[in-house]
Amino acid sequence: MNQVSITVSGITKSFNHRNIFRNISFLLSSSSSLAITGKNGAGKSTLSKIMAGLMSTTQGSVAYTLNNKTIDIEAFKHYIGFVSPYLNFYDEFTALENLQILSRIRATARESESRMKEVLSLAGLWERRDDFIDTFSSGMKQRLKYAFALLHNPEVLILDEPTSNMDDEGIEFVEHIVKLQKRQGVLIIATNKKNEAGLCDQEIHLE
Amino acid sequence: MNSLLCIWAVAVKDVRSELRVRYALNALLMFVVTSIAVLVIALGDSGLNPEIMSALFWIVILFSAMSGLSRIFVSEEERGTTLVLQLVASPSAVYFGKLIFNCGLTLVLSSAVSLLYVIAFPAFIIRSGAVFLCTVFLGSLGFASASTMIAAIIAKAQAKNTLYTVLAFPVIAPLLITVIHTTALSIQGGTWGETVPQFQIMIGYLCVVVGFSSIMFDFVWKD
Amino acid sequence: MNSIKWLSIILITFVIIAGIAVPMVPQPQSFFEFPDIPGLGNTARIIFFHVPVAWVSVLGFLVSLYYGLKYLRTKEYDDDIKSVSAAGLGMLFCLLATMTGSLWAKFTWGSFWNWDPRETSILILLLIYGAYFALRSALGSNEVRARLSAVYAILAGLTAPFFIFIMPRIIGGLHPGAKEDASGSTPITQLHMPLNMLFVFFSGLIGFTLLFIWLLNVRIRTLRMEHRLLMKDY
Repeated sequence: MNQVSITVSGITKSFNHRNIFRNISFLLSSSSSLAITGKNGAGKSTLSKIMAGLMSTTQGSVAYTLNNKTIDIEAFKHYIGFVSPYLNFYDEFTALENLQILSRIRATARESESRMKEVLSLAGLWERRDDFIDTFSSGMKQRLKYAFALLHNPEVLILDEPTSNMDDEGIEFVEHIVKLQKRQGVLIIATNKKNEAGLCDQEIHLE
Repeated sequence: MNSLLCIWAVAVKDVRSELRVRYALNALLMFVVTSIAVLVIALGDSGLNPEIMSALFWIVILFSAMSGLSRIFVSEEERGTTLVLQLVASPSAVYFGKLIFNCGLTLVLSSAVSLLYVIAFPAFIIRSGAVFLCTVFLGSLGFASASTMIAAIIAKAQAKNTLYTVLAFPVIAPLLITVIHTTALSIQGGTWGETVPQFQIMIGYLCVVVGFSSIMFDFVWKD
Repeated sequence: MNSIKWLSIILITFVIIAGIAVPMVPQPQSFFEFPDIPGLGNTARIIFFHVPVAWVSVLGFLVSLYYGLKYLRTKEYDDDIKSVSAAGLGMLFCLLATMTGSLWAKFTWGSFWNWDPRETSILILLLIYGAYFALRSALGSNEVRARLSAVYAILAGLTAPFFIFIMPRIIGGLHPGAKEDASGSTPITQLHMPLNMLFVFFSGLIGFTLLFIWLLNVRIRTLRMEHRLLMKDY
């Protein structure tokens, strides 16, 4: 895996005349993990979206490096895996089709069929690969989000509410993924559950 | 090369999605068949002058297209799939992929309308076939390009359908006036020489709209 | 700002008095007489109001475009305030231009609206900016609204000079300065007007521009205050 780092410098985000958070700074590099904690509405999901390059900041910036070379977010996106309650897949396609189509759009990492079988089996969805998403339960959709996030072997894994909608087996699955990721890449978890926050080495608390 | 593959993949996704669900195709088809049926019943065999025939022709195309072209961004927003698309594709890949889809859809639509018009109205005889085909082609691409950008802008707004029409009409009006005029000329047998200024306007319009949109789309798409 | 306000009031008052009171005679003898243009007669007086107001509206739209571009670069809410204020004033002056033009049309061509290319193009311009405000009112979040209307303001600002200056000159029509107008394309830029008329005209142009600057300033200050009142620091 490549060596990566994410440097967050003085970011502030405001929305509709309200400051969500102000002047947040930290640095993350390979083999480190960060938990983002705070009450409901403190801005945990917003911060995780900003780090995944899905939202812009009001002030401040985020810098990404790959093997010590600075690259911009459009290129760095392909090294990020993102799981969030706000993510939705295409209802009119099956689980396998969703992964195939999205992987083809991603283009830099057009994954092989065997890799898709690997992640779907890992997520426990291989038997249901030809079923349409609208027949999936919320727990299964969450598993599919993990399959999609891990498909391209990302250096950075950002998890917003990692175990929402998951059963005990699912929670074990998430802990397994988290252990693997902490060893080789960067892990960021946004959560309000203390035990999930405890999985990470560092913590940032949003008021 | 990579970005071309991305763009193509986005367009293919939209085509596959449309073939599965058929929202836009059905709406378009219904609109086209209903409007032409009404026109045939109302006008019958009366020979109308070229300007009116041309205007009616383009109005059917325009309104059918408007009912389907905004779907490309609105459906992503409504089903919450914008986020996943932002994760995998760069803004320009999304823009050009969806532009290709919309252009394809509009070309299919205008071909269907042209065919139906020729069948339904015996008086609709086109003397300059090449000019007519060129006009329909460029006009369709122009409508599709303008509509794609506007669809992207209104995707996050309230009252999307009315807002889409309100925004689209003034932007499309210059193109509409030009293509109606040129089609009328082609019915009467206008030559290439006579229609050069109109084609300049159509090509200019297309270049300006696509050029502007490809630069500005980043700001519209990314939060 | 106070001096700008008073200067504009003085200039516009001067233009109103001079534009209406100075007599029009076939052979002007003194500085205080305007030449009588055959075919237009007293209706030509509208030129002191109609043309400056139209030019100032284009100014407003271009200022809106500039601050739209600036907002996209800086993401400063203040630039969005400036962009929307300029667009609103551009719209106001555009309406005034349409109304004065319509009034003139009634006296010259017999009806208030004729679908002349210049009349049609200003109508389309009004629709474009009407759509701008419709778009703004349909978007809830401040940031999204500012971003999307900046993009639209740029598009609309690019079309404004086209619709007011270029399109009516390439299509033939009734309005003075259209393609087939025998008296030449632009009575103003070619300075066919005598010196005293030019004096009144440019006073009007400056006066209306100062009016625009003053109104823009007031509007921006109001919106800034509103923003400050609504900003809550958590």
